[in-house]
Amino acid sequence: MKKYLSFFRLRFVTGLQYRAAAASGIATQFIWGFLEILVFHAFYEADPSAFPMSLKAAAAYVWLQQSFLALFATWQMDPEILDAIQTGGVAYELCRPIRIYDLWFTKNTAIRISKAVLRCFPILLVAALLPSSYGLCRPAGWMHGLLFLLSLTLGLLVTVSLCTLIQVLSLLTLSPNGLQIIFSSATEFLSGAILPLPFLPQRLRALMELLPFASMQNVPFRIYSGSMTAMEMTRAILLQAVWLLILVLGGQLLCRRVVKKIIIQGG
Amino acid sequence: MITVKHLCKSYRIAKRSAGFRAACRSLFHREHEIIHALRDISFTIHDGEMVGYIGPNGAGKSSTIKILSGILTPDSGQCCIDGCVPWKNRIRHVQRIGVVFGQRSQLWWDVPVIDSFLLLKDIYAIPDPVYRRNRDELTELLELGELLRTPARQLSLGQRMRCEIAASLLHSPRILFLDEPTIGLDAVSKLAVRDFIRRQNQLHGTTVILTTHDMQDIEALTSRILLIGKGQLLLDKTLNDFQREDLSIDETVAQLYQDYQI
Repeated sequence: MKKYLSFFRLRFVTGLQYRAAAASGIATQFIWGFLEILVFHAFYEADPSAFPMSLKAAAAYVWLQQSFLALFATWQMDPEILDAIQTGGVAYELCRPIRIYDLWFTKNTAIRISKAVLRCFPILLVAALLPSSYGLCRPAGWMHGLLFLLSLTLGLLVTVSLCTLIQVLSLLTLSPNGLQIIFSSATEFLSGAILPLPFLPQRLRALMELLPFASMQNVPFRIYSGSMTAMEMTRAILLQAVWLLILVLGGQLLCRRVVKKIIIQGG
Repeated sequence: MITVKHLCKSYRIAKRSAGFRAACRSLFHREHEIIHALRDISFTIHDGEMVGYIGPNGAGKSSTIKILSGILTPDSGQCCIDGCVPWKNRIRHVQRIGVVFGQRSQLWWDVPVIDSFLLLKDIYAIPDPVYRRNRDELTELLELGELLRTPARQLSLGQRMRCEIAASLLHSPRILFLDEPTIGLDAVSKLAVRDFIRRQNQLHGTTVILTTHDMQDIEALTSRILLIGKGQLLLDKTLNDFQREDLSIDETVAQLYQDYQI
C-alpha cells in the first residue's frame, strides 16, 4: 500500500508544478461557465415550464462542473501513462514489484486531484459571490453537502476506473489515440458534461442514467442543489458504487490477461 | 541460479513493400510474417557469474532479457530463476532483480533524481538503514553527489546512465540485467561504469548479465560469453577460449559472426 501512496504523492506534487496551465485553465472555465449560464437564462426566459431544473440548480451545476472539471474530464488523460505505452517505457513499470493496474489507477487519481485542487478554489469563491441565479448557491442542506462529497469521490473513482480501462486496452492497440477519442466524445455526451442529463428526453434519459457514464459527474452535481429526492439519491449513489466495483474488477482482470500478451517492441 | 530450457518466442509482424500500390493492397490483404526471435535457447548461469550475452542486431538478445526480467511471456520453454518463473511470479521475481535498459529511462523526468530514489525505496520496501547504506555507497562509487538534486531531464547522457545504474541497485538485487549500459557514454564514464559493475560483483556477489555491442565492455567485465544468432545459442565459452592472439576483440567477434554466418 505504501508504494502506491508514494506514487500518489509524487504524481500529486508533480501536478502542482504546472501553475501556468492552472491559471489558463481557470480563465477558460470562467468564460465557459458564464456562456453556459447565459444560454440557460435565455432558455428559461423563453419557457420556464419546459425547464427541468430550477435556474439556481442549473447555475450550481455549471459552476461545480467548471470547478471540478479536472476530476471528470475524460479527454484529459495522464500523458505520462499514454507516453509509457507508446514508447515502451512501460517495460520499466513491468519490472517493478507493483501491479500495473493499481499503479495506473493511483497515478490517474493523483493527477486529477492535484489539477482540481489548483483550479477549483478561485472558481468556487467567485461563483459563490455572484447574484443567486447566476452564481453558486449553498448546498440544499448539510445532508446534501455530505452526500455531495461522497458522491463526488465515487464519481471521481468511476471516472478513473474507466480511464484506466482505456489505458489497459491501449496496451493492445499500440496507439491510444483512437480509443481515447471515441471514449472521450461518448463520455462527454453520456455523462452530462455537455448538457445536464435532466434536459434530455425522458426515455433516453432513463436509459442513460443506468450507464456508468451517468455515475460520474451527473450524480454529485445534482445532489448538491437538491434536485434529487432522497430515494433517487440513494439509488444513484448505490449505482455509482456498483459501477465502481464492476469497472475495477473488470479492469484488473483484463489487465492481468493483457500483461501476459504484451510485447515491448524495439531493442 | 538461472536455468533456461528450450525457450522459444516468435512475433507476428505485418509487412508490406514500399510505395502507394503496396499500401493500397495492404488495406485489403495484410501480409504477416512470423519472426522466430528465439528458437530453443537453453543455458544455465550460476550465482555470482558475469556473463556477456552477445550477438548481431536482431539476434534475440533483448527478447531473452525481457523474458528473464518478467516482461515478456515466451511461447514455450522453461525458465527458473532462484525458484521463480519470471512471467508467472512476476512480482516476487522482480523484487530480487535489477534491470537497466540503456535506451530507456527509469528516472522520473521532471523531479530530482533523489525523489526517484525515494520512490524506488518505497516500491521495493527497502528498510531505512539498507537504503541509506546503498545510497551512500552508490553515490560515492558512481560519483553522483550533486547530480542527485538535479531533475533527470537536465542530466547529460553519461550522468543519467550513472544514476540509472544506481537506481537499479538500491534494493540490493541478487541479479543485475544490463541491456547496453554503456551506450553513448564517453571514455571516462564508461571506465567508471565498468569499474563499478566489477566491484559490485566482487563485493556483493551480484550475478551480472550484460548485453552490449561494445566488446571492450565484454573484455573488461565478463569471463563467460554466450553468443546468440538468429534466435539460437551458438557458443558458450570463456573469452580466453576463442580470443585469437593476432586479432583484436572486435575483429575476433566479427570473425565469429562471419564463421556462423549471422
